[in-house]
Formats: sequence, C-alpha cells, structure tokens
Amino acid sequence: MMRRLKPFLPFGLMMAVFMLSGCSDMIVLDPKGPVGEEQKDLIMYSIWFMLFILLVVYALTAFIVYKYRDRKNHKGYDPDNEGSHLLETIWWIIPIIIVIALSIPTVKSIYSLEGPPEESKDQKPLVIHATSVNWKWVFTYPEQDIETVNYLHIPEDRPVLFKLTSADSMASFWVPQLGGQKYAMAGMETELYLQADEQGTYEGRNSNFTGEGFTDHTFDVMAMSDAEFEKWASETKAEAPELTKGQYDKLMLPGHVKEMTFSSTHLDWVDHSKNAEYALDARERLGYEEKIPHSRAAKEEKKKREEEMKKQEESESHGDSHAH
Amino acid sequence: MKWDEFFVTGDPMIYGADVSIVLTMVGILFYLTKYKKWKWLWDEWLTTVDHKKLGIMYIVSAVLMLFRGGVDALLMRTQLAVPEAKFLDSQHYNEIFTTHGTIMIIFMAMPFLIGLINVVVPLQIGARDVAYPYLNAVSFWTFFIGAMLFNISFVIGGSPSAGWTSYMPLASNELSPGPGQNYYLLGLQIAGIGTLLTGINFLVTILKMRAPGMTLFRMPMFTWSSLVTMVIIIFAFPILTVALALMTFDRLFGSHFFTLQGAGMDMLWANLFWLWGHPEVYIVILPAFGMFSEIISTFSRKTLFGYKAMIWSMLLIAGYSFLVWVHHFFTMGSGALVNSVFSITTMAIGIPTGVKIFNWLFTMYRGKIQFTTPMLWSLGFIVNFVIGGVTGVMLAMAAADYQYHNTYFLVSHFHYVLIAGTVFACFAGLIYWYPKMFGYKLNERIGKWVFWIFTIGFNVCFFPQYFLGLDGMPRRVYTYSEESGWGPLNMVSTIGGFMMGIAFLVLVYNMYYSFRFAKRELTGDAWDGRTLEWSTPSAMPPFYNFAKIPEVTGLDHFWRQKQAGKVEKLTANELKPIHMPSNSGVPFIMASFFFVAGFGMVFDWMWMAIVGLIGVFGTLIYRSFEYDDGYYVSVEEIIETEKISK
Ligand code: HEM
Ligand SMILES: [Cu+2]
Ligand SMILES: [Cu+2]
Repeated sequence: MMRRLKPFLPFGLMMAVFMLSGCSDMIVLDPKGPVGEEQKDLIMYSIWFMLFILLVVYALTAFIVYKYRDRKNHKGYDPDNEGSHLLETIWWIIPIIIVIALSIPTVKSIYSLEGPPEESKDQKPLVIHATSVNWKWVFTYPEQDIETVNYLHIPEDRPVLFKLTSADSMASFWVPQLGGQKYAMAGMETELYLQADEQGTYEGRNSNFTGEGFTDHTFDVMAMSDAEFEKWASETKAEAPELTKGQYDKLMLPGHVKEMTFSSTHLDWVDHSKNAEYALDARERLGYEEKIPHSRAAKEEKKKREEEMKKQEESESHGDSHAH
Repeated sequence: MKWDEFFVTGDPMIYGADVSIVLTMVGILFYLTKYKKWKWLWDEWLTTVDHKKLGIMYIVSAVLMLFRGGVDALLMRTQLAVPEAKFLDSQHYNEIFTTHGTIMIIFMAMPFLIGLINVVVPLQIGARDVAYPYLNAVSFWTFFIGAMLFNISFVIGGSPSAGWTSYMPLASNELSPGPGQNYYLLGLQIAGIGTLLTGINFLVTILKMRAPGMTLFRMPMFTWSSLVTMVIIIFAFPILTVALALMTFDRLFGSHFFTLQGAGMDMLWANLFWLWGHPEVYIVILPAFGMFSEIISTFSRKTLFGYKAMIWSMLLIAGYSFLVWVHHFFTMGSGALVNSVFSITTMAIGIPTGVKIFNWLFTMYRGKIQFTTPMLWSLGFIVNFVIGGVTGVMLAMAAADYQYHNTYFLVSHFHYVLIAGTVFACFAGLIYWYPKMFGYKLNERIGKWVFWIFTIGFNVCFFPQYFLGLDGMPRRVYTYSEESGWGPLNMVSTIGGFMMGIAFLVLVYNMYYSFRFAKRELTGDAWDGRTLEWSTPSAMPPFYNFAKIPEVTGLDHFWRQKQAGKVEKLTANELKPIHMPSNSGVPFIMASFFFVAGFGMVFDWMWMAIVGLIGVFGTLIYRSFEYDDGYYVSVEEIIETEKISK
C-alpha cells in the first residue's frame, strides 16, 4: 500500500508544512481594506471546494489503483466494462453543481467590485489619477491640485477612485493588501476602487511586464487619518515646488526616479488617457532614442542612468525630501 | 548596422555558447565527412517523406528544444534562488523568460506532440502514409527552420525580451528596438506555416485514409484527439498568422495597428494573441489526453470507460476553447458583464475535463493494472494535473483573479497543466511508442527513476509557487528584496527545478543505455497493445506500414482479434504492389529559402528578404511542374521485407 501511495507523500507533506506555516502570512490573504477582504473571502471559499475535489479524486485514485493492481488471485477483472450511464451522469452533474456554486459568488463580486465598497457607499470617493510611465508612477490629486511620484497618501476608511492610464507600456496597478489589480493603458482610462481600513504603509507595484526596469516599478501607499491627509495635502499645496513642463518631460524618459512632490499637476497640459503619443513626443524633444539592448550605446546609457540615480540618492540624503 | 549590434558581445556565457556552437558544428561536419554519412543523411532523412521518419525528426528536435528551454529555466531558477542575486541582469533575465516560454510552447510541446502524431496516427488508422506526404515534409522543415531562426537570436542580434505574449506597445520599435522582437515574429510565422499545413494534412488523413471498417466511432482515442486538435489548429493558427503579420508591418513598414502612435490599439493585439493562444493550450493538451487514454486502457488491460463521453467532452472542449480567451485579461477593465460571461465559460470548460478524469479512473476500475513506466507517467498525470485543473478554476473566478493575475500563482498553475499534462504525456508517449520507432524498449528500471525524480522535483519546484503568488510575488521579476520574505520558498523551488534537470539527464542516459543494451523486440506488439499500430509483424513497421491494409470490425480491433485467437497471418498470394510517394529535396530547400527570407526581415535587410522569397516561390513553381507520381513497391520486395515464406 505504502508503495502505491508514494506519489501523494511529498505532496501531502508539503501541503501540511505550508498550511501550518500560516495562511495569514501571505499578504493577499491578509487584506487591509474591504476590496481585498471581499477577494480574500472569495478565494477562501473556492479553496475549500478545491480541497474537496482533490480529496475525492485522490481517494478514488488510491482506492482503484490499490484494489485493481495486477497481482496473483486477481479479483473483479472485467475487460469489457465500458461505461455506466448512472456513473457518467453523476460526474457530469456534480461538476455542474460545483461550477454553479462558484459562479454565483464570483459574479456577485465582479459586479460589486466595479463600484465603491458597500460599507462606504455614502462617502464621496477621493479621486486620484495614476499614470504609469516606464518605470515610475505619477499620482495626481485633481481636487487638491497636487501631484506625487512613486508614493501615495490616502485617507483611511474612505473609498479611493483610481483613474488609471499609461504614458507608454501597458502596466498593471496593484496594491495587494488593498485589493486586486487593473491595467493602465495609454490612450484610455480604467477605473479601480480601493480602500484602506487600517493606517499603515502598503507596497504597491506595476505587476504587468514593461521591460528592463519592470522589477523596480513600485510605489508606497501610506494610509492615514483624514485629518493627517488633509494637513499633508494643504502643506504640499503650499510648500512643494510647481511641476514644470520641462521637468515633466524629463519624467517621460525611461528610468527610475526617487519620490517627488509637486504643487501643480500635469493634467494642466496633458491627459495620457486622451493622448497616447505624448511620452514618445517628449522623448523626441529631448533627443532621446531607445537603444538596441546589446549594443555598446545601450550599455553606456545604462551606466549613465545608474549614475544619475546615485546622484539623486545623494542629493536626497542631505536635501529636503518629504517626510514619511 | 554596427558589429556590436550584430554579434551579441560582452558576456562570458555568450562567448561560451559561441564556442560550443562552433565546436558542435565542426564536430558534426567532421563526423559526417569522416564516416561518409552525407549521402545517408540526404537520402534517409533530409529528403524523406515517410511520416515515421518525419515524426522521429520532430521528436529529436523537440527533445533538443526541451534541453534549450530547460537550460533557460534553470538559469532563471538560479537567478531567483536567493534575494538580490547578481547572476543575471534584468535584460538577460527578460530575454531568457521570453525564449523559454516561446520555445517550450511553440518549439517543444507542439512539435513533440506532432511528432508522436506523425509516427502513430497513420499506423493507428491502418494507413500507409498521410494524405499529403510531401506537404508533411514541408511542415517539418518550416517548423525546424523557424525554430533555428528563433534560436540563433541569442548569439546574433539578441533575443526577444517582451515575453512570449509580446504585448504591445512594449514590443513595438519604440520600446523594443532591434532585431530581437523580429526574431519572435519571423520565427513563429515560419513555424506557423508548418503547423497549419500539419492541421490540414492530418485532418484529411484521418477523415479519408482510415482502413475499411474503421468508422469514426471505432477510431482509437489518440486518433480522435488528434483529429480534434487538427480542427482547432485550422481555426486558430490563421489568427496567429494575421496577428504576427500585422505586428511585423508595424515594426518593419511603419503601420499603426498596435502602436502608441496613430491611434494603434494595444488591446487588439492582446485579443488576437489570446484568441489564438487559448486554443493553443488545448492544441498541446488534447493529444496528451488521447495518449493517456491509450496508455491507461492498455495497461489496465481493459477497454476505455465511456468512450463516447470522452469524445463528446473533447468536442465540447474544442468548441469552448474559442470562447474563453478573455480570461487572460480580466484586469483590462472590460466591464462586469464581459468578465462574468467569460468567468462562467471558463469554469464550464472544467466540466468536460473533470468528466475525462473520472473516465480515466474508471478505465482502471475492474482492470488489471500494470505499473510500467508509461503507466506511471499516466498516474502521475492524473494526480498532478488535477492540481493544475482546480487552480485553473480558481483563476477563472475573475474577481479573485484580480489578485492572482501576473503572479507566481499563475506561473505555478500553467506549469501544472503544461508539465503534468503535456510533458508527462510526451514522456509517456515516447516511452510507450519507443519500440515502434526504434525496435526496443527503454529500460524500465532507469525509467522509473526518471519518473520519481522528475515528479518529486516538479512538485518541489512548483507547489511553493502558489504560496509565493498569494504572498504577492509577481511573475517576470528578475529579482526581489530580502524583506519581501520570498527567499526560502524560492530556494526550495530552485532545488526542485534542478531535480527535474537531473531527471532529464537520466532520461537521455536511458536512451543511450537502451540503445546499447536493450533487448530487441521480435514482434510488433511490445506491450500487448490494443490498436492497429501494434499489429505490424515486425517491431518497426516497414516504410509502407502495412503489406495488406487491415479490415476493422470494431473498437480495439487488434486486441479483440488476439483475444479470439484469430490474428490473421499474411500470405503471399494476397499481396499487391504498393504505391508509395518519392522522396524529395524540395521541402528542405524551400525551408532554407524561408530562413534566408526570415533572416533578412529580422535585420530589415530587404534585398535579402526578397532573394529568400523569390527562392520560396521558385521552389513552389518548380514543384508544380514536377510530375513525379511516386513508384510501386513490387510484390517480391514486400515478400522479402515481410519475411513471408512461400
Ligand atoms: C524544468 C522545468 C521548468 C522550469 C524550472 C520552468 C521555470 C520557469 C520560470 C522560472 C519561468 C519564469 C517565471 C517568470 O519570471 O515569470 C517560466 C515561465 C514560463 N514557462 Fe516554464 N519552466 C519549466 C518548464 C516549462 C514547460 C515544459 C513549459 C511549456 C510546455 C513552460 C512554459 C512556460 C511559459 C509559457 C512561461 C511564461 C513565459 C513568459 O512569461 O513570457 N515551462 N518557467
Ligand atoms: Cu486599453
Ligand atoms: Cu486561456
């Protein structure tokens, strides 16, 4: 018996180890807001079904393989046993029932995730435009008339409506602990509601491959009290420098930058969801040209980019970066 | 174009590869010349139109590609083993996952299966060859040349690095300049011609060339699965052809189908790609299902359970496979209705798949199960594939997929279906039909070692990735930070990856070992099989397969004959001359011109592309004026080949 069960052993052991190590350690299963919460519930609901299916299939496999293995005094051999209407009907119907049982909550969630979370339906959502450009995120607060790069401040317990777009490659805006992702695409706008129920800093990133700098295409989300948020927004409006077109065009160059803060927004002159060509035009204006990856020119450019990043870091360490 | 843009430079690994490629070439040339093998190579292989030899060439190429794709995989796993590793830089990693994915799907999985289909299906339906043997050679050589063109990219010009999905606008000239992405477009385009021709060829072969008495509902399950696969190919591949052509126009001739400029539609590419891409995953899984059906039935010594239900579920899957493509981009914001519809269709496709699992299990029920290596792989398939299946259903739940999408959860899922499904089937089928191809079995003891090392390694490699995904690790990142906490599971995963690598090496060793030491088969029926391919008197069927075309009276005809003790013996007076097609060097030459054309387009050297295309058309025209109707094999020759005593 043990010999036949060998295939299940490593798998079973591994399963046990991972389950014991605690599901709540995994960030998708440790959400900090109603959107992520709803998705986690759906995930857990489906996992129970799947474990049940696995159990049935494995038990049946183990039983059949053990019972009907070729051996001396073999019993029950029936080489022409070619089907059974009853059995086949059963295993058409059971999966159909399972699919229905999974479809109903799925469709419900799909619809509910299109809008703001149920618990905060009566609140006016905070609108933030998130624009991806290789390999940074530009966040625009139109009502506060401020803009940040690579970090976000949001108030807790209030829905945030993200309006997503991209200046170049197709990216995906994802803050796992707040909820699932959505694509940001040049020349169009997609919408995503998220909400944080707990103060804290959450990691967000682009999860859709966008080329060389993709791995570090990340940002931080800081959820804070309403009052703190308002204070931060008005201080930023008063103290941060203005965003100039020249500066913005430089952001259109592929590369990474440190966090930045401005007291005006790029929406004054371009909305990438309506103009898919802006970034390419800006690169041309600045005389930038994409290099063939393995060419000497590309290697030199990469070195230059890294040096610039280092310089930024140095200037930041004794400059006045924003406070976290 | 400057030299530093033509040859890939600056990396010791690449130089190592350069040297080993040159050495291997010199070695092969030397061997062929020293042992005077050039003529043998040309007569027996390069010009052959025999489906069995073409099948073997497909399989050999696929095993080579499995090696290449596997090396890519292990390079990636090495880089990911620990946080902040410096083994590969970002660009390198991106090229490697792109070539790994593309090679595994297009140049490994599909050709492996098509190779087995080539070897087996004509024999299973009692035919002497395929419907269009010449076209079959064109299929193989275009596939082979497409694969070669794609593969040289890593030493000449640089490999594509926009992922096997090549989403626009990332894959456009503006964001991915240079020859890399062109290699992807041209390599797939040329190989795709071969696949489409295979689809037509085998559809006609299965529909028109079956032995008398073999009605559709008496066909073996592997033949059925091949038939359904060919239908999917015929509907799906033209979509890929068009999509690749449009992107090629964007890159080479400045059109704006998918670009940022000129109101191009990046989402159109994603839709076209997956309109082909989802059916493609069924192209690589249905033949696998067919093989497992044959193997499980053979080694349970029992007829297949629910034969008709198996067929209907396969037809249902084939139809559905064109109705689910949006599940690859639930996160594109298509709206609640679209996502709901595609969630449900995707989950629904799990139903016929589930039905098949139960039918396999009940094929063993009341059987007499023998644990041969092909059977072990089939059992391993059932146990592991369901994990891929249930996680597939989880991914189908759009609202949850917003969290799984683009993570290692997905990576793990598709490896569970592609490896536990397709690769297990390729191994199982290769071992099962090995005596048909080479006249001896692979060693069973070594084979069982391969199975256990590979299967355990596979689970150790990919099971932890579900948890990495739920912990927020995105796919396609080339490294990750210490603080992410993903280090330990990645290390485990890498260890599992190397176990699979070792298993592959043992498999190759087994081929060598069995070549040297295996007992040669004396009859054509190595496993006490059920279907016609086992009914040929000699272990390896002669080039005309059947001296006399069998007459089929039911499902598992050969098995029933054996049970009834009335396997017919061939007698000399029932033989007639056999008409066979002649060999031809044209397919090989045509494919070589395709290479010239493709290479020219990759580097945007239009003069070269034009020369190549003229060559292609030249060979087409030459062929249409060639009045070679084949030849007859005389009765005397048949008598001699079949060793019939008069
Ligand atoms: C030794 C076995 C294998 C290992 C260790 C392995 C490992 C990997 C790794 C590390 C990645 C990249 C993940 C990422 O960075 O996103 C990957 C991607 C992929 N693999 Fe495999 N793999 C194996 C076999 C296969 C097989 C047999 C197939 C197909 C038949 C396959 C198909 C793919 C595909 C389609 C991708 C996605 C590529 C892309 O993102 O563009 N792999 N694999
Ligand atoms: Cu779009
Ligand atoms: Cu799909």
